[in-house]
Amino acid sequence: MVIYGVALLSFCMLTGVLVGDLLGEVMGVQSNVGGVGIAMLLLLVLSNLDSRKLKLTPITEKGIGFWSAMYIPIVVAMAARQNVFSALSGGWMAIVAGVAAVAASFALIPVLARFGKGEHQ
Amino acid sequence: MILDSIQRVLSTNELVTAFLFVGTLVWLSYLISARLTRGQVHGSAIAIALGLVLAWYGGLVTGGNRGLADISFFAGVGTLGGAMFRDFAIVATAFGADIKALKQAGFVGAVSIVIGVFVSFLIGGIVAISFGYTDPIAVTTIGAGAATYIVGPVTGTALGAGSDVIALSVAAGLTKSVLVMIGTPFIAPKIGLNNPHSALIYGGLMGTTSGVAGGLAATDPKLVPYGAMTATFYTGVGCLLAPSVLYLGVRALL
Repeated sequence: MVIYGVALLSFCMLTGVLVGDLLGEVMGVQSNVGGVGIAMLLLLVLSNLDSRKLKLTPITEKGIGFWSAMYIPIVVAMAARQNVFSALSGGWMAIVAGVAAVAASFALIPVLARFGKGEHQ
Repeated sequence: MILDSIQRVLSTNELVTAFLFVGTLVWLSYLISARLTRGQVHGSAIAIALGLVLAWYGGLVTGGNRGLADISFFAGVGTLGGAMFRDFAIVATAFGADIKALKQAGFVGAVSIVIGVFVSFLIGGIVAISFGYTDPIAVTTIGAGAATYIVGPVTGTALGAGSDVIALSVAAGLTKSVLVMIGTPFIAPKIGLNNPHSALIYGGLMGTTSGVAGGLAATDPKLVPYGAMTATFYTGVGCLLAPSVLYLGVRALL
């Protein structure tokens, strides 16, 4: 049933966010540490289990696939609710700091990508 | 009378209104992509850019901080685009992701998060100093804001920074997130952002979950799970490093 997929997805997200929250508490950080990332790993592991009991049927998979396909529309809605106005009215320093940080990070991607690849060969 | 009814129906069914609104916006964007750019600019990149313009307009008109969602008609956009649905959809994209690629790039992905926090912090701090800030707390807070708009206020609050400095750090982080959303599809071919390996590193270096989510959606949706995976750890690592080690470093230098 479709709801099984949606429920599995919900279970993974809530468990991941809970673990991320507890990690934040343990580390003394006022923030969730990787909750969504942990949830993604959990979903990957659970959906790849070979056991016959947990094998997802195609209809169950549809419950997850729907939300995966809704990703771009949700991101468009997310863009429409960003505080763009205050980003642009924060003054030059904020804009320069943001732009420079992005430029430096973009520049580092090929450097790190090469470093990582070299390691595996 | 009809107008009143329409308004009532749209705002009482806000989430459904948001589905219709976003669907129309996406449709229009793909039309623009096909007709005006001959498919050169990805439809979702245009949709995200239009979303950001509308968000700017919403802020201008209402003075609120949730962009278009502060206009009562579009309140549902706030729900649909909020952290809950965003994270739910991000987790869903992991379904069908390549575990092998994740394992292979696991180490360099983790390294990229720490380097990403450090580099953004350093650049933000340098910019703050060059704009005349000398107080270590202010420099640290603005540097942290250049990491993400969550790390900035968390750090500023922990160190006791003034609210004007905290507001600046949020603005720096917001600028970063908006720029990552818009800039990624254009810069991606130049920096080799076309495979799971570089997407993991990209997520770790950029760190802004909204920026990465939007940037990869506009570039290649297949890369989303890899970039999002590392990006979601970034804010936590930033909140850990900025008010502690990085602040001590700034204090020693200034």
